[in-house]
Amino acid sequence: MAYAAEHAADAPAILREVNPAALPRAILVENNRSFSWITEKICGIIEGKTPTWWWVCFILACFVASFTVAGITYLVATGVGVWGHANPVNWAWDIVNFVFWIGIGHAGTLISAILCLLRQKWRTSINRAAEAMTIFAVVCAGIFPVFHVGRVWYAWYLFPIPNSNVIWQNFRSPLEWDVFAVSTYGTVSVLFWYVGLIPDLAVLRDRFFAAGNRVRAFLYGMFAMGWRGSNRHWSNYEMAYLILAGISTPLVLSVHTIVSFDFAVSLLPGWHTTIFPPYFVAGAIFSGFGMVLTLMLPLRAVYGLQDLITQYHIDCMCKVTLATGTIVGYAYGMEFFIAWYSTNPYEGFAFVNRAFGHYAWAYWIMISCNVITPQFFWFKAVRNNTALVWILSIFVNVGMWFERFVIIVTSLARDFLPSSWGYYSPSIVEIFTFFGTFGVFSVLFLLFIRFLPVMPMAELKAVTPQADVHGGHGAADKH
Amino acid sequence: MAAQPYGLIATFETAPELYHAAERVRDAGYRNWDCITPFPVHGLDKAMGLKRSIVPRISLAGGIAGFITGMSMIWWTGGIDYQLIVGGKPLFSPMFAFPVSYELTILFTAFATIIGMLVVNGLPMHYHPVLKYDHIRRGMDDTFFIVIEACDPRFNLANTKTFLEKAGGKAIAELEA
Repeated sequence: MAYAAEHAADAPAILREVNPAALPRAILVENNRSFSWITEKICGIIEGKTPTWWWVCFILACFVASFTVAGITYLVATGVGVWGHANPVNWAWDIVNFVFWIGIGHAGTLISAILCLLRQKWRTSINRAAEAMTIFAVVCAGIFPVFHVGRVWYAWYLFPIPNSNVIWQNFRSPLEWDVFAVSTYGTVSVLFWYVGLIPDLAVLRDRFFAAGNRVRAFLYGMFAMGWRGSNRHWSNYEMAYLILAGISTPLVLSVHTIVSFDFAVSLLPGWHTTIFPPYFVAGAIFSGFGMVLTLMLPLRAVYGLQDLITQYHIDCMCKVTLATGTIVGYAYGMEFFIAWYSTNPYEGFAFVNRAFGHYAWAYWIMISCNVITPQFFWFKAVRNNTALVWILSIFVNVGMWFERFVIIVTSLARDFLPSSWGYYSPSIVEIFTFFGTFGVFSVLFLLFIRFLPVMPMAELKAVTPQADVHGGHGAADKH
Repeated sequence: MAAQPYGLIATFETAPELYHAAERVRDAGYRNWDCITPFPVHGLDKAMGLKRSIVPRISLAGGIAGFITGMSMIWWTGGIDYQLIVGGKPLFSPMFAFPVSYELTILFTAFATIIGMLVVNGLPMHYHPVLKYDHIRRGMDDTFFIVIEACDPRFNLANTKTFLEKAGGKAIAELEA
């Protein structure tokens, strides 16, 4: 109890009476690494020669991304009818993919904002990459609604820009709310990410300058804005960062709430439910953490970042996945319960049809991936097995895609009148477009890990024991 | 040597050394001085005697502006400029205007916070005497510096140098203006 001994004088009196146990603090940077080790490790990724695997992955990702380009080019040239939409399912993969990608983005904001407010210091190792993931996921998400408007060159009609028709948007529509929610989300995510990058860009600027690479020193220097590590600056910077975290928290919750309003505000059985906002937010965080694990575990292995992304970090991410996955499972059960309890025959039919109708295969894929998969994370042996965690995270991604598919397509395919019932299957153009977005995402993510620091160096240094000005008593520290 | 240096810079190897030296500089009554650190050192604001940042006030102003923008935009476009009845609903209600206004509140707050932070810090500033110091690169990496500016009323080249030495500063150097 080094801390108690040193600070006995200024500790509240009650502490001496109750004599609290010294709880061990998790070590966030293993092997007692120095500040310069962190700088070398993170900058080394950028400064080193481009690895062969990076080129292989990059070319492969570009190839996959070309499917989106092909799909969209064909759509724009021909018309939105090339997608498999037909009455009664006029909204399918486009909105499924949109919600899927937006949801993935949410874990990035959760890690950077909510965990920052909750002072969960383990976020520091993963927040930069998770925020990058958010931005790239929003880019992928944006493709679908923008091209679903059909004549994409009129997509600017979504925004209240004065035009020659002098008509304005219908602000009563949740779809218009979505425009503002998603564009705000994208913008604020980029701003938050950039603010976090400024001190690290200054590090790179100085390193490239010292190495004689003036071009890169100039480029990093431009964006570092002359950051010089001044504590007078840090003081305002920290405050700004805290406020950004504070506003991103209600933002991330509101974005998926508004996305769920797209459905909940309609009158369709299976959509018209009040559980949607919390259920969508939990699902978004669940899928996002799945994607964070999918991305970070290979990154950790390839770059040898085991001292920075420790087993403790993986444990934390698995536990968040478990918690949110269980909330999602609860929501599935609660939907069924309310459908029965409300005695509304249409609502009841919608849910029985989901589980046992023509789309039962999708429903049971969803249940097994989203409800059963995360339950493995109860076991420490599973969490310690990195390869297994990675495989389970893939199942989470798959399951959450199917969740959106089940919600959207099953409700639409069985309309109020049996005469208008239908069965939706995607067209090849839709499959191409969606498949390609994984390439778009990977291209952006690969460029990110090649040219920008994958971890926030300044924040990592601040959580090491030697950053503590009261004598590095890290383990028993009470701050 | 330049006629009038920008100030003196002293090196500190560890965060606690810097922290205690900062307390001494503060207590000696210096005003125009700064600490250069690779990361935000917890508690250093207090050791430097810095006041609470004014960035939150700018953020609040941005947030209020965003909310008013959202509400008034929806009220004016739908309720005044082009009145169109949709679904028999009122032309304007704060209820349906809320989600968009809420998002704009956040958007404007974010811009106000970041622009406010940059303006208060005087960034972007691509030239600064501190950045010309030979070892400043380590200030972004693992070393800590204290800079006392020559424009400080208490600054005296010899005395301030001795003072920084006593405070534990190493490799004290003059910064070119």
